[in-house]
Amino acid sequence: MSALHIKKGSTRHSAYNLRPTFSDVQERHTIAVLVENEPGVLARVIGLFSGRGYNIESLTVAEVDHTGHLSRITIVTTGTPQVIEQIKAQLGRIVSVRDVHDLTVEGASVERELAIIKVVGEGDKRVEALRLADIFRANVVDSTLNSFIFEITGAPDKIDAFADLMRPLGLIEIARTGVAALLRGD
Amino acid sequence: MTREMTGAKMVVQALKDQGVDTVFGYPGGAVLPIYDEIFLQNDIRHILVRHEQGAVHAAEGYARSTGKPGVALVTSGPGATNAVTGLTDALLDSIPIVVLTGQVPTFMIGSDAFQEADTVGITRPCTKHNWLVKDTDSLSATMHEAFHVATSGRPGPVLVDIPKDVQFANGEYSAPKPSSSHYQPVLKGDLEEITELVAAIETAKKPVFYTGGGVINSGPAASQLLRELVDATGFPITSTLMGLGAYPASGENWLGMLGMHGLYEANLAMHDCDLMINVGARFDDRITGRIDAFSPNSKKAHIDIDPSSINKVIRVDIPIVGDVAHVLEDILKIWKSRGRKTDAANVKQWQNQIAEWRKINCLAFTNSEKTIKPQYALQRLEELTKKHDRYITTEVGQHQMWAAQYLGFEDPNRWMTSGGLGTMGYGFPASIGVQMAHPDALVINVAGEASWLMNMQEMGTATQYRLPVKQFILNNERLGMVRQWQELLHGERYSHSWSEALPDFVKLAEAFGAKGILCSDPTDLDDAIMEMINYDGPVIFDCLVEKHENCFPMIPSGKAHNEMLLGEAETQGVIDSKGSVLV
Repeated sequence: MSALHIKKGSTRHSAYNLRPTFSDVQERHTIAVLVENEPGVLARVIGLFSGRGYNIESLTVAEVDHTGHLSRITIVTTGTPQVIEQIKAQLGRIVSVRDVHDLTVEGASVERELAIIKVVGEGDKRVEALRLADIFRANVVDSTLNSFIFEITGAPDKIDAFADLMRPLGLIEIARTGVAALLRGD
Repeated sequence: MTREMTGAKMVVQALKDQGVDTVFGYPGGAVLPIYDEIFLQNDIRHILVRHEQGAVHAAEGYARSTGKPGVALVTSGPGATNAVTGLTDALLDSIPIVVLTGQVPTFMIGSDAFQEADTVGITRPCTKHNWLVKDTDSLSATMHEAFHVATSGRPGPVLVDIPKDVQFANGEYSAPKPSSSHYQPVLKGDLEEITELVAAIETAKKPVFYTGGGVINSGPAASQLLRELVDATGFPITSTLMGLGAYPASGENWLGMLGMHGLYEANLAMHDCDLMINVGARFDDRITGRIDAFSPNSKKAHIDIDPSSINKVIRVDIPIVGDVAHVLEDILKIWKSRGRKTDAANVKQWQNQIAEWRKINCLAFTNSEKTIKPQYALQRLEELTKKHDRYITTEVGQHQMWAAQYLGFEDPNRWMTSGGLGTMGYGFPASIGVQMAHPDALVINVAGEASWLMNMQEMGTATQYRLPVKQFILNNERLGMVRQWQELLHGERYSHSWSEALPDFVKLAEAFGAKGILCSDPTDLDDAIMEMINYDGPVIFDCLVEKHENCFPMIPSGKAHNEMLLGEAETQGVIDSKGSVLV
């Protein structure tokens, strides 16, 4: 299909480059949204998801261009292909949104998440926790005589795997940042 | 060019620089500085409404009848919350309006101050965009951006929330700068897609144009181009409620309105066509009926300026994102350059088929010599007013559908009705907005008595400004559409769908200093309508009509286009349990 250069108030993904929409398969997509960092902009994006009944699995936001006041919102969402197309089109319609990228369809992308995990335990469990942390390349960022806080970075399922292993060893608290993602290559 | 002035003065200056001549509003504590500036000038007329909802609907009526943005000015707190219905109405019908709200001073925001509400929070989902202006230096740029956003791309309502200290403070005013905004929707459609549509036009055997409010919103040029394309191809054309007037009702290819209460021939043409060309409509559920049975054998093209409209409800084959006028111009250009081809023989056969459907005469009704049938009242209204410079607004319900069926619209911007939101109480204030924009025109609000009462306080506005708006009330002492659905769906249990303790509308008119006319006899109707037209001032016309008339044709909920009900026969049990959960 045609290569469109639709800019503001729209998205280049909605009407063109149609994938088989109207199928019932649930897909997981990572969407990067570049927005003007003005008051309420996050509420606009979240309000769109709640108002139209879309899912948010994970959401991260931070200003990435301090001079241009642009923030990057990375959203992981699930839905049928039609819903995913609608989400992108509706995001593109928000006046403060500059650009919408579906990292799942635009090419290979790198996804990373950071988690800090508190594990409380003594004796063998404490040694095992340290050993596993080493295998997962998690760092110890805080330690007492009976607890560790590990910092781990990676794809979300790597963090899931690490947390699952830590649970029997005394995991009591976990904080995750949500996914940040970039397309590979130039 | 920059000049220093107060925020309040900036607001008025920005309105002037945006070409605003009329503001509909209601003062209050948080907008007093702006009202002071309005007092000190004569360029902008301020119309004092009687309720903020009326201000927003009046601004909508102004916008829909002129194509220019309408402006409303209300105070903080309750002023802003009363504007919410009008904002939502404008959002669903894509009407450009700019609503200015006062806000408590910035240093009091968040303290639950008197008449404080989180206006930008409340109105975020019911505006196209909104702004809270926290410093006076950014006020003029925000005002100009507000007008730009409201009128660019798919039009819609915007809101600017202005705290009182920002109105008092001094700042630098900057004049509007063209294209300084990041918001620049694409107007031109993709030429490859347009060429594909032209190829489909050339070979279609059973084509139909399905047009909507996008044609009206695109401006008069879009209607002109649409007429040229339709008449050159000879393809039949139907329209949504919002799009009436883009193609003239007297035009030879006109099928009438489609949809739930649309014409038989229009809906059957939609169902049986092999090429559907959607121009600025959005496959609303009032149009499609049952989605899996919607026009099963057609190739579908969709022209819309909003990419999110495409494939939202109905999967289309040829999506064209762009402004209707720009796209139609390109279609015409390419179609002409390729030799103006159509499959004339098959299209002729298709027209013959449509002519057969038309013979059913789906708008026929049993007239009465004793009581006024609502359909008859509208037929007489049409006959006696169609030669006038006429604008019609409506409320919401049976009367609205009958007005769409029995009145003919020859031009765009002549028909103002609440389509998407279905706001009872819309029509009267809208008629005030229309009359302000067209002081010498005949402005009629076709109403039901229940809808009309919802914003009847605006009689004060009509008489204060000597606006000769005609309130043509089809009074059946019922919430007619609710009653009809209760008859069809709820075993004729008419729960709370009658209008008891109605006012004497003639006395009501007189109490407001207007004229009241009562008519209950079909033989008096013509004279009474003429009396209404000829009276130089606001009129409440209380037209007592048949109380139990149902609005037909009708596609029941959950049914397809070819399962229409044509009349009173067999209305029981037509909607199954699946359909009855739909609205």
